[in-house]
Amino acid sequence: MSNIKDNRESYLQMFRQMVRIRAFEEQANQLYLAAKMPGLTHMYIGQEAVAVGICEALSSNDKITSTHRGHGHCVAKGANFKQMFCELLGKEEGYCRGKGGSMHIADQANGNLGANAIVGGSAGIATGAALSAKQLGSNEVSVCFFGDGALGQGLLYETMNMAALWKLPVIYACENNLYGEYTKVEEMAAGNLLARAEGFGIESFEVDGQDVLAVNALTQELVERARKGHGPFFILLNTYRYHGHHVGDINREYYRSKEEETTWKRDRDPITNFTKLLLEKKISTTEELKSIEHQIETEAEEAVNYALNAAWPDASEVDMHVFASN
Amino acid sequence: MREITFGAAVNEAIAEEMRLDDRVIILGEDVAEAGTPFKVLSGLVEEFGTQRVVDTPISEPGFTGIAVGAAMTGLRPIVDLMFGDFLFLIMDQLCNQAAKTHYMSGGKLNVPMVLRTNMGATRRSAAQHSQSLHALVAHIPGLKVAMPSSAYEAKGLMKTAIRDNNPVVIFEDKLMYNDKAKVPEEEYLINFGEAEVLHSGKDITLIATSSMVQQAELAAKSLAEKNISAEVIDPRTISPLDETTIINSVKKTSHAIVIDEGHKNFGITAEIAARISEKAFYYLDAPVQRLGAMDVPVPFSPALEDLTVPTAQQIHNRAVMILERKI
Repeated sequence: MSNIKDNRESYLQMFRQMVRIRAFEEQANQLYLAAKMPGLTHMYIGQEAVAVGICEALSSNDKITSTHRGHGHCVAKGANFKQMFCELLGKEEGYCRGKGGSMHIADQANGNLGANAIVGGSAGIATGAALSAKQLGSNEVSVCFFGDGALGQGLLYETMNMAALWKLPVIYACENNLYGEYTKVEEMAAGNLLARAEGFGIESFEVDGQDVLAVNALTQELVERARKGHGPFFILLNTYRYHGHHVGDINREYYRSKEEETTWKRDRDPITNFTKLLLEKKISTTEELKSIEHQIETEAEEAVNYALNAAWPDASEVDMHVFASN
Repeated sequence: MREITFGAAVNEAIAEEMRLDDRVIILGEDVAEAGTPFKVLSGLVEEFGTQRVVDTPISEPGFTGIAVGAAMTGLRPIVDLMFGDFLFLIMDQLCNQAAKTHYMSGGKLNVPMVLRTNMGATRRSAAQHSQSLHALVAHIPGLKVAMPSSAYEAKGLMKTAIRDNNPVVIFEDKLMYNDKAKVPEEEYLINFGEAEVLHSGKDITLIATSSMVQQAELAAKSLAEKNISAEVIDPRTISPLDETTIINSVKKTSHAIVIDEGHKNFGITAEIAARISEKAFYYLDAPVQRLGAMDVPVPFSPALEDLTVPTAQQIHNRAVMILERKI
């Protein structure tokens, strides 16, 4: 991998972004447990290296589409905590003025075209963004994040077919966290997963989704090639969801064992393992990393408090933005 | 003024807008060299090339979704959905994605796309190629729905739709593609939400959409022979709906029939009749009447199919019954 981000600042940025995602999610989970959040939310904890490895290979103009488990993608693409927590709590200052919530956060200024509450529902949007990039000559790339559950959706295959026919600059990033809701992937998806994309003539890759450097190196290479018109590409990222399908999914032993969860957390945690690497290679020090973590935790706490005290949207907002003005 | 067909008017509208704006593209099945099965888009690929007039695979949800994403990122796609019946295939992309994106993003993202499709029975095409499903999409906030009833309207509404910053669904009556009407050569637009009073009258208001406008006009003529003066209103868009023109007319005539080719149950006729009841009840001299497609799947046999769609004669008869207080 010749294109690994090999300077100290890039490494620290990836560390910082992974820690930011985890800190955001810990706070979001607490908000749910304390009954301070309307509705439910889906935790990204455990999958941080996927979002960060990929988004750190993109420029802010590049587009992503995200999923119901989308906070990680949103943070990784450059969103700030305050507007995100405001959105999760349905407040006016949220990214979508409180009208989208956890499952619909969009941050178009950073190229995030939005999370999507329909599994696989954004495959068309990401592919369409790539069509725009090609037609308008913007040189942008789009990344379609989706989980293994979306492998069951026909839309994905229809759009991959067109992306391949038209050589669109889109990367399909399949986060295989082993479970679609409460069911194992092998019970839902037959055959070889990579072969599904290869069947369309799409170059496909499998990578350890817990290894941020591996994800980043591969994505950098594919982004560069996609910009030259060599796309589309498909990446299968093997990862793990530490929490349940959503924050209310507490008792999970009927579909996966505690031992399995413990093993992933102990041996394959993306932040723990990257921390070890940063220390072993003397890229950073324990003090520096602790200080980064502390700063981020403080920032997250402050953002939560800000959001809790922020204003609700005015009632006059309810029928605003149904239609765009002409 | 020259007369051109409905199909030629659609073609001309799209061509004019594509000349004005490079961001306008067409996506759909057999839209390029084939020019669609109805030949409505013939000639466009020769002028604009295959980059802008794009033949897609037979993947309606896929190319609709791609259009949504393209619209969110700078293009202004026209999606060609070969038959209105295929709307059921694309409901998620149209109703969950395109319709809601602007609202869910708090106004940050726009989806300026046009979905042109068709409607209309009596073409002997049976139940999956004959439906008029406009009520289904008019029910969804965030979608605009246009229903041209002539070549003139087809051109003006299409041009307005392409310039609109929202998803617009245009239903063209597929039996009307060869019908001619006067269409100006100079540019014009038809504003959404502005009904047209096609025929002024004082005794009864006939509110008719798309394919039913011709039937209503024929009925107005035959009613005139019986000294009944019918006012014919064509809403032109059902979302937004020009309620004011309809209500004012009913206040004047005190009688109304709503005619639409969608199924009668839970459809456009029900919606318009309800609004008249809400806003003009005390002006009515008789209950508002509705004529819609029968609530059956469209049958193949001509002997059966023709029974399912309202006709000028039915409108005439119903109007007479109302005015003679037989309802």
